[in-house]
Amino acid sequence: MSPSEPTSAETLLYLDGVTVSFEGFKALNNLSLLLERGEMRAVIGPNGAGKTTMMDVITGKTRPDAGEVIYKNVDLTRLDEADIAALGIGRKFQKPTVFETHTVWDNLLLANAGNRRIFPTLFARESPDERERIEEILEQIRLSDHRYRLAGALSHGQKQWLEIGMLLAQEPELLLVDEPAAGMTEAETEATAMLLREINRSRSLLVVEHDMGFVRSLEAKVTVLHEGSVLAEGSLENVSNDPRVIEVYLGR
Amino acid sequence: MNRAEFSVRTAALTVFAAALILVALNLALPTHSAIHVPAYIVTLAGKYLCYAILAVALDLIWGFVGVLSLGHAAFFALGGYAMGMYLMREIGTRGVYGNPILPDFMVFLNWTKLPWYWHGFDMFWFACLMVLAVPGLLALVFGYFAFRSRVSGVYLSIITQALTYALMLAFFRNDMGFGGNNGLTDFKDILGFSLHAERTRAALLLASAAFLSAELLLCRALVRSRFGKILIAIRDAEDRARFLGYRTETFKVAVFVLSAMMAAVGGALYVPQVGIINPSEFSPANSIEAVIWVAVGGRGTLSGAALGAVLVNFAKTYFTSALPDFWLYALGGLFILVTLFLPNGILGALAFHRRGKSAETAANPVRAKGSLV
Amino acid sequence: MPSCFRIRAWRVFRTPVHGRSFCIAFFALALLFVSALRGEAETSSADLYSALASHDYENMRKAVEKLAASDDPRAVPILSALQAGRLFADTDGELFIRNPDGSLEGAVSGQRIAGELGKNLREIRINNTIRRALEGALGRLRLFAPDPNVRAAAANAIFQTRDESALIPLERALARERVAKVRRAMQEAKAALLLFSPGTPPKTKLEAIALLRNRGDQEVAALLSELNGQPPEVMAAAKDAVVAIERQQQIWNFLQIIFYGFSLGSILLLAATGLAITFGVMGVINMAHGEMVMLGAYTTFVVQQATLRFAPEWLPASPILALPFAFLVTGLLGVLIERGLIRFLYGRPLETLLATWGLSLVLQQAVRTLFGASNREVMTPSWMSGAVPLGAMTITANRLTIIAFSVVVFGSLILLLRTTFFGLQMRAVTQNRAMAAAMGIRTPRVDALTFGLGSAVAGLAGVALSQIDNVSPNLGQNYIIDSFMVVVFGGVGNLWGTALGALTLGIVNKFLEPVAGAVLGKIVVLCLLIVFIQRRPRGLFPLKGRAAEA
Repeated sequence: MSPSEPTSAETLLYLDGVTVSFEGFKALNNLSLLLERGEMRAVIGPNGAGKTTMMDVITGKTRPDAGEVIYKNVDLTRLDEADIAALGIGRKFQKPTVFETHTVWDNLLLANAGNRRIFPTLFARESPDERERIEEILEQIRLSDHRYRLAGALSHGQKQWLEIGMLLAQEPELLLVDEPAAGMTEAETEATAMLLREINRSRSLLVVEHDMGFVRSLEAKVTVLHEGSVLAEGSLENVSNDPRVIEVYLGR
Repeated sequence: MNRAEFSVRTAALTVFAAALILVALNLALPTHSAIHVPAYIVTLAGKYLCYAILAVALDLIWGFVGVLSLGHAAFFALGGYAMGMYLMREIGTRGVYGNPILPDFMVFLNWTKLPWYWHGFDMFWFACLMVLAVPGLLALVFGYFAFRSRVSGVYLSIITQALTYALMLAFFRNDMGFGGNNGLTDFKDILGFSLHAERTRAALLLASAAFLSAELLLCRALVRSRFGKILIAIRDAEDRARFLGYRTETFKVAVFVLSAMMAAVGGALYVPQVGIINPSEFSPANSIEAVIWVAVGGRGTLSGAALGAVLVNFAKTYFTSALPDFWLYALGGLFILVTLFLPNGILGALAFHRRGKSAETAANPVRAKGSLV
Repeated sequence: MPSCFRIRAWRVFRTPVHGRSFCIAFFALALLFVSALRGEAETSSADLYSALASHDYENMRKAVEKLAASDDPRAVPILSALQAGRLFADTDGELFIRNPDGSLEGAVSGQRIAGELGKNLREIRINNTIRRALEGALGRLRLFAPDPNVRAAAANAIFQTRDESALIPLERALARERVAKVRRAMQEAKAALLLFSPGTPPKTKLEAIALLRNRGDQEVAALLSELNGQPPEVMAAAKDAVVAIERQQQIWNFLQIIFYGFSLGSILLLAATGLAITFGVMGVINMAHGEMVMLGAYTTFVVQQATLRFAPEWLPASPILALPFAFLVTGLLGVLIERGLIRFLYGRPLETLLATWGLSLVLQQAVRTLFGASNREVMTPSWMSGAVPLGAMTITANRLTIIAFSVVVFGSLILLLRTTFFGLQMRAVTQNRAMAAAMGIRTPRVDALTFGLGSAVAGLAGVALSQIDNVSPNLGQNYIIDSFMVVVFGGVGNLWGTALGALTLGIVNKFLEPVAGAVLGKIVVLCLLIVFIQRRPRGLFPLKGRAAEA
């Protein structure tokens, strides 16, 4: 599928011809991808297919050697992580990354939308609005009872949720979620899928995942990456019947 | 929950009260009294407090932002040189050569004119400004480039060490105009008060204590604010903070500059009390020694850093006179033992016992991440 | 008396004479020379010796000149002794030479004489006129010395003083000279004399310039620049030659700096290679690395002292004997440090840094306790001292040896990593510790051996550094920051990067030194490095991709 014009009102994120190479090895090879507003997209692919590198490029961690990354008519390749976050893109890492020596509450407080410059943070006080919003998120990520625990003391699954909660507190329009179900129990996986679908009601998501059961339960359009470019795209049924996909990924 | 709360206010109060008592016992009592404190103790205490100022400054950037600077003594020394330049100009015609403008070492080198960067140092306020401005500017430029290009961890430590090493080599040069090898010394008075007078020394001790207390309270306020929470967030997971939209390098530069300026004040208070500043203050070994003070007292505790500085230097004073050969073994051993067995320092270990183990393992910056970076 | 006449003839020669009169004078001179050489030499020698013992300075001066022109084999020892104030005369006017060891010998016979310096012997004193005459005379006489090196040196001395009186003996010497090197030196000296002699025809001068231009060093350039008042074509040729020589000199200078740079680079490489293993491959910051170098140097000292005591004939080989000892001592210590300290701190690089710094203090103090705080002298064997000229460059033997040594050490290390099973295990553990462990590699053992290897290489570096630096407890500290800079500059985890980094830093340093001075040069290099690391935090040859993130 070839991407349409990036200026379309429905287009949120648009990647075209993105190439990233590390010492001759092409992590991304002429990758093109288009995400519509309000869409949830699952990205799958074997190890080394370029899933994490793609997220790095979108969030400004890695600069592409070629190609463009347009988000709401803004070229992301020129911005750094903080700018991109300010534009409304939140990212969850593959390995749950939270501030372990802060409490759950403080984690969410720091993530909550607000002025990120030095002087405002020097004199910032918790406002009732902030408190309300944090309570809301705590409810949503099921950590209300753990608000005063240190994030480092949470279980692996709880950390994943806290990180998703922090993304929510950021109030992003687009969430990039890297393997949210990794290391979770059956029940936690189920709950996470539900949580993501719930988030999808008001926000767009790009989810990288290995667990096919989890991808199925997301009920989202699927993009298959292979060797740094898109191999197939469509519903999970379509792509899983695609012989090329079976060969490189599912068939293994 | 923040461990920085741990007795910082008490520590600030104790420091000032202790200094007051020392001064009172020194000035108010006759010398033959059994509890009279001799002047050299006052000066020694003042010296320790200056080291403590450096230690607290280092703890702010290392303990709370996770940036291990192995060149912090450079800022301390720069502050010391700025104050030393004022003290040199204060000597006036009382120098060996009696030149009203040029310090002795310049006359000795046959210089005829005061270098441009020595102008203004005859004014105390200007020297004070420079004590803050020069190290602050250096920290700003260095920090801006280092943090913007995301040099971190060990690499940052190594280049800060290279920085102080380069400064040491530079200050050793005679034509730098800072007295070369011998540095600046033979000071006479400060603001018209003789540096040899007991009262001046007492006042300098009180000034050091006051600044240390203020520094402790300021740092406490900082790390308890949302700003401080962000610093800890940067220390624990810089990428996460960045992806939350915080421009982490700006925060790092800001704290680095603040820390450099506080260290510089320590140096500026140190020089009139010890009476000399020379290039060996820039030696990388000095910076690393300051790190061990913080580590001994407890990284990330502020008051622990001050405590560590005083304890280690007290031990140093004692051993270098009692068992001079033993001191380097003791210092070396201290580095090894503290990193192996006391990763959170004295205060960390105390807190660990006080609060019980479960809560502490997570709050502990070292064990929680398994890394100091 | 023919010899008197000869002196007159010299005067004739000194004044500007041209064409026929010159030829006549020359002819007469040659005749006189031949007569002087024949027969009369020995008898007149005896007169000359007694003239030396006279109190008349003018007579003495003449005698010096005459002796110098004679073929007398005793002329050199006698005149040298006179110059050094070691010539004595007894009351009979017989001459004696006092050797530097105090013994006496007959000046004419050269026979040793038993007994002490008697009171009846008086030292023959000379004045400045005679001193000058002696200098020239000895210079000329040495042109005929049996040792070719002495002859070449004499020719060079004439080249420098341009004493015109030397022309005749020079030509005589040239006629019988067979050693090519000495011949060239003599020809150059002759060319220099002819060039400055006003009577020389321009064509000869041009030839002289061409000859000198071939020699092409600073002295020739200086000589030619002094030339003035010559015919235009001669001046032009001289100027050309000076320009050409200066260009050549610049090239040699450049090569010399490159050589010094390589030398410094190889020292840096030696010091940094061990660090490249512990820091680059294992990721361990070993601040005690410099102390491993220092211990290597002290091992050399100990080995040398032992050799001196038990097998002095092996002394020249002591640095080589020290290599295995240094390797073992520091290697074993490295393994000990890894097992006893480093392994508890894996994954905590900054704490490793602090702990190893503490260790470095302890090691320094231990050495101070054992060997004292002052420098220990390690003797440099003769095969490592001295210098070889190469063109206009000086290649000192110790620098050359160290360059070669660092190449050998580096090369063997690369071979070890590439071709041996241990190297394979080491690379495996570096890349993926968990996987390596799963494959049955005993990772703790590999860690210990790797650290030991890095330390052992540092020990080897210490052996080399003991030859060029002061062996003191602080030896290591001088190298630690430089070594870190090299490793970081070259790109952590890349041995070739380390090599290139060391050479680059060495050469840049040496190019900066003449411009900025040694200390300022070092400061500039440090600042450049600080800027460089900020531009490229992962060095010249970074590891990219996932490996770099780990």
